[in-house]
Amino acid sequence: MATQNTTRLAQNGRLKKISNWLYSKKLAPYVFVSPFIISFCIFFAYPVFSAIIMSFQEVLPGLVSFIGLENYSKLWNPTFGKAILNSLKYTFLTICVLIPVPMILAVFINSKLMVARGFFRSTLFIPALTSVVVAGTIFRLAFGELEGSLMNTFIMWLGFEPQRWLGNATTAMTTLVILTSWRWIGINLLYFLAGLQNIPQSLYESAQIDGATKFSQFLHITLPLLKPITIYVVTISIYGGLAMFTESYMLWNGNRSPNDIGLTIIGYLYRNGLEQNNMGLGSAVGIVLLLITFIITITQLKLVGMFRKED
Amino acid sequence: MSSLNGIGAKIQRLLLIILFALFGAFSLFPIIVLIIASLKPAQELMRYGLNLKIDFDIISLKNYLYLFKADSLYLTWYGNSVLITLIFTVLCLFISSMIGYGLAVYKFKLNTLIFTLVLVTMMIPVEIIMLPLYKLSISLGLINSMWGIILPFIAAPLPIFFFRQYASGLPKDFLDAARVDGCTEYGMFFRIMVPLMLPAFSSMAILQALFSWNNFLWPLIVLRTNEQLTIPIGLSTLLTPYGNNFDMLISGSVIAIIPILIIFLFFQRYFIEGMTAGGVKG
Repeated sequence: MATQNTTRLAQNGRLKKISNWLYSKKLAPYVFVSPFIISFCIFFAYPVFSAIIMSFQEVLPGLVSFIGLENYSKLWNPTFGKAILNSLKYTFLTICVLIPVPMILAVFINSKLMVARGFFRSTLFIPALTSVVVAGTIFRLAFGELEGSLMNTFIMWLGFEPQRWLGNATTAMTTLVILTSWRWIGINLLYFLAGLQNIPQSLYESAQIDGATKFSQFLHITLPLLKPITIYVVTISIYGGLAMFTESYMLWNGNRSPNDIGLTIIGYLYRNGLEQNNMGLGSAVGIVLLLITFIITITQLKLVGMFRKED
Repeated sequence: MSSLNGIGAKIQRLLLIILFALFGAFSLFPIIVLIIASLKPAQELMRYGLNLKIDFDIISLKNYLYLFKADSLYLTWYGNSVLITLIFTVLCLFISSMIGYGLAVYKFKLNTLIFTLVLVTMMIPVEIIMLPLYKLSISLGLINSMWGIILPFIAAPLPIFFFRQYASGLPKDFLDAARVDGCTEYGMFFRIMVPLMLPAFSSMAILQALFSWNNFLWPLIVLRTNEQLTIPIGLSTLLTPYGNNFDMLISGSVIAIIPILIIFLFFQRYFIEGMTAGGVKG
């Protein structure tokens, strides 16, 4: 009995020590962040590592062999070139629309003359609620090749010939850019509005006293002070643009656009890695995209740094 | 310009309203056209394309009835989407608020490193690791299950970042007071910080729920059988190389947007805060 009691006491003491340690201020932060550490290792670090390894391998079911740079040299082909070019073009064009237009709309909506601000802000935001699947369905039909389709009716009313919108490269890209602009103008408008709210009103007041016109106020106060938010919006647009896939998937009924006019980098990854089950080649595509993203990010940081020096 | 009521100001105001009315029309037009199309038979759509014509002789709710027929899986997809969105949002908020709180409140050795890793995961497009993630999901037995869609993304970087910024902005004095009163470290999180962070929870809930409801590429890869699909994937299977089921696609799309539109009308503020979370405090 006595020995049993002492062992129980010792056990209790040990349990108490463990629970003290579990509840200590030293361990608590690690308990709080542990889900991130676990998830990061399993669902991020390991896949990144594995993508790098697989890009040097031929991965067949049950048979994996190291083939050096062969996957990368296979990527040197016109189809992948087209995919990269499409993704870059799409990214560039969406940025050309989705930075200036929402920025100017934000300045206007913020003006003292504006009425029904909240209403217009919400209305422009509604497209962002639709999924790409729904948006793609609408645009696919609206940009159909029938003469009676919405876009063809519209441009014929303007005096142009009806187009096969999704059938040739230029109009296909136009359709993609319009689709994305439709979904994103409202979101970017919110970003710029948030940016505008951080600009102190007193700056405009003193500029007005100095006799500065509205336009020069925009040029010399608004534009420079919106720079941080603009950089942020450009950055997410680059990431989103280079990784675009679903829009094209929906407009062309799967990953099959005529002559690959809608093929993107991720579309190429999907085609090789999943549709043709060539994981090695698919992973190499992923690594190439990773490198492109890095190059653009570093260039962007360099450029931003340069502008900062000029300031 | 100085007066808000002069003739010049009136004209400018009118121009502004016209400009925004045009953009507003551009935003709403496609959705209105979709709703009109959902009321017409699909043959009409195939013959004349998507248009604004309303012909009362052919308008009906027939397309909606297709969705609820016995052999239609639409309701199953809807149920899957609701379930996945609920579970994902709850788990994601629980976990990322904990992580964000841990990073904001405690000074510990790995803090900076972990926060940097959060930012790194935010900057690398998920699509890049899709293939290895798919292989991993096969070995973990996550393929064709809703956990396969949910698990890899519950420690989401953007909410972690947002909760960290939010918790950093809250006063910390009473945390020490609570500690003196004998509150445990975990009790402080659940009893004190969670109630204080409620506004952050609302905006992140909306952001993550919208993401999950509309998520496409990863569920497309993970899900195999028709019964497991979510609405976006299910709708996309209605378009096939052999023929398109536009009647169901269009009415199904309309019903997929409606709950979000209703939530948006009531909780606009949280949508706006959630959507701009990355930029405002970054």
